Amino acid sequence: MSTQHEEAVGQSLAARIEEEGEVSVVDCYQCGKCSAGCPAAEDMDVAPSQVLRLLQTESPKHDERALRSMSIWMCIGCETCVSRCPQEVDLPRVMDFLRQESLARNLAHQDADDVVAFHRAFMSSVEKAGRLFELGMIGDYKLRTGHFFKDLGLAPTMFFKGKIGLLPHGGANQVEVAEIFARARQARKD
Amino acid sequence: MSRVGVFVCHCGENIAGTVDVAAVAQAALAMPGVVAALDYKYMCSDPGQTMLKKLIADERLDGVVVAACSPRMHEPTFRRTTLESGLNPFLCEMANLREHCSWVHDKGPATTAKAIDLVRLQVEKVKRNRALAPIRVPITKKALVLGGGIAGIQAALDIANAGNPVLLVERSPSIGGHMSQLSETFPTLDCSQCILTPRMVEVARHPQITLLTYAELEKLEGFIGNFRATIRRKARKIDESLCNGCGVCQQKCPVKKIPDAFNEGLANRSAIYVPFAQAVPNKPVIDVASCTFFKTSKCKACEKLCPTQAIRFDQEDKIEVHEVGALVLATGYRTMPVANFPEYGYGQLTDVIDGMKFERLASASGPTGGAIKRPSDGKAPQHVVFIACAGSRDRAKGVPYCSKICCMYTAKHAMLYRHKVHGGKATVFYMDVRAAGKSYDEFVRRAIEVDGVSYIRGRVSRVYEEDGQLVVKGVDTLLGGEPVEIRADMVVLATAVEAQDDAEKLAQTLHVSYDPYHFFAEAHPKLRPVETNTAGIFLAGACQAPRDIPETVAQASGAAAKVCGLFSQPELTREPVVAVVDRQAPPLFSSCTGCLLCKDACPYQAISEEAIKNRAGEVIKTVAQVNPGLCQGCGTCVALCRTKAIDLQGFSNQQLFAELMCI
Amino acid sequence: MKVGYYPGCSLSGTAREFGESMAAVARALDIELAEIPEWTCCGSSSGHMTDRLLALALPAHVLLKAHDAGLAQVMAPCAACYNRLATARHEIEASRAAKAQVEKVLQRKIESLPRVLNLLELLAQERDHIAAKVTRRFEETVACYYGCLLVRPARITGFDRTEDPVEMDKLVAAVGGKPINWSCKTECCGASFSLSKTSVVGRLGAKILRDAVARKAQAVVVACPMCHANLDLRRSSINRRLAAKTSIPVLYITQVIGMALGIPAKQLGLARHLVRVTLPGPSAQTPPAPRPAVQ
Repeated sequence: MSTQHEEAVGQSLAARIEEEGEVSVVDCYQCGKCSAGCPAAEDMDVAPSQVLRLLQTESPKHDERALRSMSIWMCIGCETCVSRCPQEVDLPRVMDFLRQESLARNLAHQDADDVVAFHRAFMSSVEKAGRLFELGMIGDYKLRTGHFFKDLGLAPTMFFKGKIGLLPHGGANQVEVAEIFARARQARKD
Repeated sequence: MSRVGVFVCHCGENIAGTVDVAAVAQAALAMPGVVAALDYKYMCSDPGQTMLKKLIADERLDGVVVAACSPRMHEPTFRRTTLESGLNPFLCEMANLREHCSWVHDKGPATTAKAIDLVRLQVEKVKRNRALAPIRVPITKKALVLGGGIAGIQAALDIANAGNPVLLVERSPSIGGHMSQLSETFPTLDCSQCILTPRMVEVARHPQITLLTYAELEKLEGFIGNFRATIRRKARKIDESLCNGCGVCQQKCPVKKIPDAFNEGLANRSAIYVPFAQAVPNKPVIDVASCTFFKTSKCKACEKLCPTQAIRFDQEDKIEVHEVGALVLATGYRTMPVANFPEYGYGQLTDVIDGMKFERLASASGPTGGAIKRPSDGKAPQHVVFIACAGSRDRAKGVPYCSKICCMYTAKHAMLYRHKVHGGKATVFYMDVRAAGKSYDEFVRRAIEVDGVSYIRGRVSRVYEEDGQLVVKGVDTLLGGEPVEIRADMVVLATAVEAQDDAEKLAQTLHVSYDPYHFFAEAHPKLRPVETNTAGIFLAGACQAPRDIPETVAQASGAAAKVCGLFSQPELTREPVVAVVDRQAPPLFSSCTGCLLCKDACPYQAISEEAIKNRAGEVIKTVAQVNPGLCQGCGTCVALCRTKAIDLQGFSNQQLFAELMCI
Repeated sequence: MKVGYYPGCSLSGTAREFGESMAAVARALDIELAEIPEWTCCGSSSGHMTDRLLALALPAHVLLKAHDAGLAQVMAPCAACYNRLATARHEIEASRAAKAQVEKVLQRKIESLPRVLNLLELLAQERDHIAAKVTRRFEETVACYYGCLLVRPARITGFDRTEDPVEMDKLVAAVGGKPINWSCKTECCGASFSLSKTSVVGRLGAKILRDAVARKAQAVVVACPMCHANLDLRRSSINRRLAAKTSIPVLYITQVIGMALGIPAKQLGLARHLVRVTLPGPSAQTPPAPRPAVQ
């Protein structure tokens, strides 16, 4: 862990989200409209409005519960919550922040391994090829998760319909992308 | 030679704790024109006042400076004492050593030096004060009440019962307002019309009240005690003196399919109509936009059949000008339309209705005779969902405030539904229950404990239609945010209370302040709730803020009391701190050049033109003229005037420059 | 007309027919799709869900490339790409801190970024043009499915109504179709859970298709490759959830328009769908052979 992270641990997540993400979790008055309309709510251990409540108390115990929740990984990013929120609280932004923080602190819920693996495989593919190489990404995903037989039935159909390329598509400026990834990594360390 | 007396107050420790008051008094004595100075613990007290009077008499003072607290606190006190001593009260000034000095600085020589400077400023000013007389303005002792709902009705009755004539102007064909649309009122479940109609009749019969319905205020000129109201009496197309309210015209009118606004579109009315059976006055009106005769010159059934020949197709609007002394604004509210809710169907789902529509369903005099029926198929709904806070407390919808009445009327609606549809299920989705009035909380508990209404804490994210039912996607936050999905037969939205559509326009016509939500602004949120910042115009009811009936009635009586207070004086007395345009000897007549920039700048429309004429009646010069009754003494005109022809009495240019130059 | 074009990674892969029908329709309407040279990935959902800096930098990089190529506007047919590009542009304009961070990662100053449009916005401008060029009316009853990212969040998209949008319905009506009134226009399909939580896609897709089928739609029309994949490629998961076999096809709006403009099925990639495209109406048949000239 870097010193920046250690310093950050002292600050509550709510304070950091206010600073970095410009979202005030205190704006939420716990009406629950987000939870009511969330398509993924039934797969969440903590309802969306409750995730905000956990942050509002600014207690390390509750902050950690939020970061360890399955909810942040089951969030689909559909933006329904913020579009209905009477206080216009940017919950999707809060979720993005919590996911990033959860990964940084290695607190991701174990049932979320597949979801995390997907994101990592996706970003890794983009870094390597400049664009998503679908076959490569799927292969990487299978290696990370061990789900070797997933969609095996689907694969030949997709191949014959011309929807799966065997090679990464050329045309992207991969060097530029690799540089961007490297600089982003460096910036996070600073 | 001036003889000014300076009185330095300790104000206990408030001033003396930080300022060396004895030193201030001593320094004052050395100032040119000051003949006496003292300091005392509490100048505003009886002994303090006595000291003031004695020194005025003993030293033959012609000017007084009281160095104490803010003039907003005690200027009237000291001016009264000065008057009682036989000295003109406007020869008394205050130096603020408290709010402007001791309360904002630390103890020390610099603070005392500042206090001395403040005294010096006022001494220089008061030496140049002139004796002023308060301005007396006549009062027309007649009130105009704008709006004929319960607020207007109550205000009109109170003012009239005190012996003052009242003009009650209502823009719809009948008085009664929203209260006449309600079925029952909380917390007693009194039938709304039963308690309202006696008042309506009282208004119609009162010898002191002139009722003008189907009329609107077009223009208001003048000032407190002396308003001129231009009122448009819209043409009913009926000779009211002949009409006996028999109703044959309505029965026989062939145009019958106009959605009835009184019944919130649940029923239809004819082109010639009386808004509801208990209307006051019980005289119909022809809706010219829908009448066959006005559209195609055919029909005239009503004219043919009217037993008293009261129909007048060629009747025109009449403009009347009335002189009144005070106005009471009682123009009421509207509710946010259901179309404002995309997540609840954009107003296109027939069985998603608002509270007012539910009132019409529940009302015994409504289109269903009080039976709760689905607007779509007329069946009794077996499960009704009530959504509180629909649009209120909702920054995203532009209404951050609480509408105050919805928690109570939602409980009422749910109870009425349960009383009328036995076995029906009522669910209320709420955020908080706001039931702060007398017997209010008990009312809500009754809904839950006795009438079996189910209360779920959480908001509804979406309502959509499926197989003729309404799918309600809510949540139970008290169960940790667990989603709750209900298939309901009807959904009632407790929509936000908003200002009338044209509230802004009316406020601008009247020069009354209003807030960002177009509710009219009270003069002070705590201490002056029934007055506006426009002298002579008072507020009653929901046009100022969402409120329930008991508060509306109380406020209306309060506004009436203010009007009666105004009318109880023979004349209106106002402070003479007003602008005056100078006069000089001929051939100049006035240093005013007649540019009239001040007229445009005056926020109170207090400046007009005056023509200075010679003996033959020819105009020599046009100059500005200030109406002392309207002028509020803000000084904008004085600052603008390029020739310094206009000056403020009590705060003249000479006085203010003297103050500046002496520091 | 000419517009900057950002196809996005999926249009050459799983959404190949979207790219094909997009190109065909653009040709028929004389719209020049100026592809951003050497364009790179926008980061899509995985970007913003795991890495704030990349989530802003990758789309900004794309927009800067468009800017360098002299393009004032960029249209992205993929709803996720569109949303990412528009969001990055919005945040960079709104927040000095965000702009500074992105400039540092990209090592260049950002002066201005091209406007970002979604496919429906572009086609809406062309609606009359499209209607005029219809050679065979697409007379089907369809459910227009918008998904999430074309209309939400409103402060970024500023496009159409967020609940019950109408732009796609208007396009379908313009080519002769009958768009139905239904309740799942903007209900999420499960998006990027296609691979990692396929059961969620099955559940959400089942709700969508159940409603469309119950209201007698003959097809679902989409404008997003993720939605298409979840409702088409993942049909077996949906069917399992519904405990029934559904055959309702999923078409891209560009394919619907293409059919009405008389573009052959092959050019529209209709055969690439997993769920066979069979429609009861006249558009289902292959275009009639040209009539011999009257002698």
